[in-house]
Amino acid sequence: MTTPTPPAPQARPLSDQVEIGQRTAAWPWLSKSTLLRHVAFAIVGAIVLYVISISLGAYRDYQMAEVAASVVAVAGLTVLIGLSGQISIGNGAFMAVGGYVAALLFMHLHWPLEAIIVVATLAAALVGAVFGVAAARLRGPYLAGATLMLAVALPFFATRFTSVLGGDQGLGFFITQPAFLGVNFTLSRWQAWLTCGWGLLALLLLANLVRSRVGRTWRAIRDDEVAAALAGINVARTQILAFTVSAAAAGLGGVLLAIVVGTVSPSLFTLSLSIQLLTAAVLGGLGSLAGAIWGGVLLVLVPTYLQDVVVSHGFASQATSSSIPIVAYGVVLIVVMLVFPRGIQGGLVSLAGPFIRRGDDSAPVETSWRRRSPAADRKEKGRR
Amino acid sequence: VAPAIAGGRPQGERKKMIRSRSARLVAVVAGLAALSLAAAACSSSSTTTSKSSSSALTASAPGITKTSILIGSHQPLTGIAAPGYSEIAPSSNAYFQYVNAHGGIYGRKIIYKYLNDQYNPSITSTVVHQLILQDNVYAIFNGLGTPTHLAVAPFINSEHVPDVFVASGCECWNSPSTLPDTFGWQLDYVREGKILGQYVAQHFKGKKIGFFYQDDEFGMDGIKGLSYEIPKKQIVAKESYDPTNIKIGPQIAALKAAGAQVVIAFSVPAFTALMKLTMVGLKYNPQLVVSDVGSDPITLAGLLASFAKSKTAGFGNALTQGIITDGYLPSTYEKSNSWIKLWTKIYDQYVAKLKYPLDGNVLYGFATAYTFVQAMFKAGRNPTRQDLINAINAGLPQNVAVAPYAYSSTDHNGITGAYIGVIKNGELVPTTGVYVTTDSPTSPITLLSTPQPPAPASGIPSP
Repeated sequence: MTTPTPPAPQARPLSDQVEIGQRTAAWPWLSKSTLLRHVAFAIVGAIVLYVISISLGAYRDYQMAEVAASVVAVAGLTVLIGLSGQISIGNGAFMAVGGYVAALLFMHLHWPLEAIIVVATLAAALVGAVFGVAAARLRGPYLAGATLMLAVALPFFATRFTSVLGGDQGLGFFITQPAFLGVNFTLSRWQAWLTCGWGLLALLLLANLVRSRVGRTWRAIRDDEVAAALAGINVARTQILAFTVSAAAAGLGGVLLAIVVGTVSPSLFTLSLSIQLLTAAVLGGLGSLAGAIWGGVLLVLVPTYLQDVVVSHGFASQATSSSIPIVAYGVVLIVVMLVFPRGIQGGLVSLAGPFIRRGDDSAPVETSWRRRSPAADRKEKGRR
Repeated sequence: VAPAIAGGRPQGERKKMIRSRSARLVAVVAGLAALSLAAAACSSSSTTTSKSSSSALTASAPGITKTSILIGSHQPLTGIAAPGYSEIAPSSNAYFQYVNAHGGIYGRKIIYKYLNDQYNPSITSTVVHQLILQDNVYAIFNGLGTPTHLAVAPFINSEHVPDVFVASGCECWNSPSTLPDTFGWQLDYVREGKILGQYVAQHFKGKKIGFFYQDDEFGMDGIKGLSYEIPKKQIVAKESYDPTNIKIGPQIAALKAAGAQVVIAFSVPAFTALMKLTMVGLKYNPQLVVSDVGSDPITLAGLLASFAKSKTAGFGNALTQGIITDGYLPSTYEKSNSWIKLWTKIYDQYVAKLKYPLDGNVLYGFATAYTFVQAMFKAGRNPTRQDLINAINAGLPQNVAVAPYAYSSTDHNGITGAYIGVIKNGELVPTTGVYVTTDSPTSPITLLSTPQPPAPASGIPSP
């Protein structure tokens, strides 16, 4: 950027305008075709999830609910890191805000569940917005450090204000299935429906946001803050918005997790949860909502599966060997990152590359920058 | 029992056998013989068992087959709560192996599947769902921890699974109206606080007393019990600690500054050890009174030596010398006690190879397992899940503990009393009789007049 190169800055906005003009003739921030496509995806997803929920056993239903809760939280993080370029190691804290607000509303005000979920999500978004103001001033490792502080400090509120937040043992949040479903309808299936429903809604909203003008401004900031500012984007405001959206998704994930677990307590929202979310986002493929689904699935199923293997081989009887699942989980993470350096979704896309590269139009926009060939990379370096 | 098993041979084998007519005849005869043998076996045992004794063993409930009973648990095998507590489940399992090797429960073998929850409620929820929904356990036994078990108790009750003998002294398990299938076991912290409080009030008249307690249900319940008994004017300081913050210097300094001559601690072992070391550093030497959970002499001595990085033999024991505490299980000091003899035998046979010392955690694991086996015998030959609940609601006879159980349909607390003892040379030496009480503020604390019944020679509870 030191030497003025007139052709490039002129060409870029032009091509962008052309692209936007073609796609979004009627509404500037929500293309009709995009919305319909996403709704169609969501409906297909809902049907698939419904079939899975009624055909597998009660425990699988419970695992579905666990996966749905973590997918929502991971999606919020992957959008933040992969699209707006801000890193957060503190999304577990926003999950705690969502979970605790929901449990308090449930205990004291007895609101309907839908209202509880919406208000708790908004509360997490509010905390995210406040923190986002500070976050917008920080970059890279400093931002990571600040969010890390959040993840470490927030659970202490619960032990500091024991009378309200229940201290170490937390607050109960046990939701039972509604009576109209009949006595034979299992609780875990109800949990699966509830969490998957809200999860799909969250993914639908996020997918639309990512494809909208907001999503494009996030990517512009991620790629080059100065260029984005020159193009008229308010960098700080856009970053705060990204942080708020991410915190809202984490908050919803926290409420859903609380519903699944049946309680909220400091040990539910530890620092390791925040790091697990980050792991899942990177593992699934940063910036991709499909990657968030992979990440959420891995986060829930791999440790459970490994524990099953260990127990079935009779290793669990001793304290030392009961660490095997944790070690094995680490090995799985390393192997996935070696085989798919850009995460599972990135790996799948590059494997299937020749077959689906018919045109960028149908693929999510965020993958375009990650699918760049080495040649394109070199070209850009040359431009700089 | 064996003939009943023979009747259940694999399908393929049976098909082959029935292929020819003569073979079918043999099968019929063999089947009749098996039936008559089974009937004979049952009638011989019917002199000791209840009305259903004439029936064969059936798969009477989820988790129960003709040959086995599957139960599950969540335990901190790794993580912050693992030191000491990770010994409990393997010790319970050792007692179950002993029972299995001596005839099982009405011939059924106990299979104990305990999963690691790392003392994290979210993992507790996962593993308990797995145990109930996927493995179909008959009951959840001795799930460990207050925050962890609180996360799953409503779910376990909603599935009507017996939730027996929770490994936590929280009063919350005594809630028959909201948690009808949940039962506590160990002496609850309010009762314990009352018993310790009365002893201190009687033996340290006029002395200044300070409290040091964990800032959660455990510490609060204990303080509640203590304050029912100790005159307010004697209490000069109340200092709490947060189990995630090991810097307790300010609290101990405050106790010293207040001039407390007696410090009563409701703390976990790690914080009892930290408290003692901090006091040594401050040259402050009050009389220590520590609740049962935080005072196991072997665990404490090990922690003291490791925190102080001392390799001197007897370092830990020298520091625990003279601590006053209470106990609700017989102490290993009483070598001639029939229960300690039984536990030592089972320890030598099954647990010594796990390289645990014979400490309070191992005794705890044995004792809870024994209580479960007794309840299962009482629940009958072919119990449903409700039969086990009913059996405990009808009351259990006093067994492994020095005081009777409180169990009834309106009270799901367990052990009701304890003795006071002093730690001498790394062992808990009982110094008083057994005090029993309830958890109400005004109820009296009385000395138990009847001695603890001795352990059965077989080591297995009678039905």
